[in-house]
Amino acid sequence: MIDKQISSPAEAVRDVFDGATVMVGGFGEAGSPIELIHALIDQGSKDLTIVSNNTGSGEVGLAALLKAGRVRKFICSFPRTANSTVFPELYRAGKCELELVPQGTLAERIRAGGAGIPAFYTPSAVGTPLAEGKESREFDGREYVMEHGLKADFAFVKGRSADTYGNVVYNKTARNFGPIMAMAAKVSIVQVESVVEPGGIDPESVVSPGIFVSRVVEVAEPAHESELIAAGVSYP
Amino acid sequence: MSESMTQRVGWTREQMAQRVAQDIENGSYVNLGIGIPELVAKFVPEGRTLIYHTENGLLGMGPSPEEGEGDPELINAGKKQVSAIPGAAYFHHADSFSMIRGGHLDLCVLGALQVAQNGDLANWSTGEEGAIPAVGGAMDLVAGVKKIYVITQHTTKTGEPKLVESCTYPLTGLGVVTRVYTDLAVIDVTPDGFRLVELTPGADFAYVQERTGAQLLPLSH
Repeated sequence: MIDKQISSPAEAVRDVFDGATVMVGGFGEAGSPIELIHALIDQGSKDLTIVSNNTGSGEVGLAALLKAGRVRKFICSFPRTANSTVFPELYRAGKCELELVPQGTLAERIRAGGAGIPAFYTPSAVGTPLAEGKESREFDGREYVMEHGLKADFAFVKGRSADTYGNVVYNKTARNFGPIMAMAAKVSIVQVESVVEPGGIDPESVVSPGIFVSRVVEVAEPAHESELIAAGVSYP
Repeated sequence: MSESMTQRVGWTREQMAQRVAQDIENGSYVNLGIGIPELVAKFVPEGRTLIYHTENGLLGMGPSPEEGEGDPELINAGKKQVSAIPGAAYFHHADSFSMIRGGHLDLCVLGALQVAQNGDLANWSTGEEGAIPAVGGAMDLVAGVKKIYVITQHTTKTGEPKLVESCTYPLTGLGVVTRVYTDLAVIDVTPDGFRLVELTPGADFAYVQERTGAQLLPLSH
């Protein structure tokens, strides 16, 4: 019998290790798996490389993980957001490395990583500082830059609902990086509002097929970053 | 009426956005950047339907929701709450940037720090010491969308030209800008350089040329 349901976020992130690469879904607060991130803060792993589009707001979620000093390197496209002060301070103090990647290149590197493609050519960033030092090649008279696929040890993803086989559906623009990160990680952990029995999700509606998902954990009422910040929450 | 109001030259932000909207064809798939570009959606002429793409995974973006009606999981690229029109679609980031890079979007309207006469665009970093570099999806948009319109003030707050011979700020893309809409003029990027397309009220050729950091070609009739 297959049953990917895990009883709690703490249990779901138990084996994250020091030095691990962790992909974290979300675009701003939409799709940010806050409960999994907070469980990781409690769990204590450090020297992490985090792959996520943004670096978090306030002192909750990703910003709280950064503030706790657990992140050695951040791979992202936009480390500046309203209410985002933790990352800028760490970066300026030389305490967190940054690899800045154009958003579409970041998405495609993750997709490629999950799809068994080691590298690819893209027109994005050609002629800009973000292409410096990278291999480039001309196809049909246009220059492209080579980018490498990106894989991870773990992915933390937020969905709306999943079945115990790991099939996932998402909510609106909270889907963003979730499906491709689930593909690119050895262990993909998805928090959802409800876990249902196999057959509870129409196969035509499945966005992440269960083969890409290792663990699902129910967080019935997930917090939103903006609400926590408005309430003055600082984690832990 | 104050002196400054009677002597106002050129367009307001809203008028700039309105002017851009006139040039967008019915049925276009459009990505609007953060800031002044977002205003364009308010001025689409009646009878035209545009489908708005937001790179965080929505085609068919609608206006901001009523107070209290929003969903923190339904946002635009500027991370503001939006709505989804009937007929909208959600998708993941790799699909979203396939739409962009794959040349499926008709138009992107972006802001700029500098535009060069060959169409180079700088709009993500001033390269300032200690600044946190952040690029988002700008480099993908300019590399992949069929047409790139820039909407910007003609000069910086300190009066420096933003239309220049060559960009001094880090580039977003090479030779990507099609047309520039400023508070003073509409200007095309052509193989010969900047060409004036339209002047705004109170601005003549000499006035605009004086505020442009590269040679401006006159209106062609």
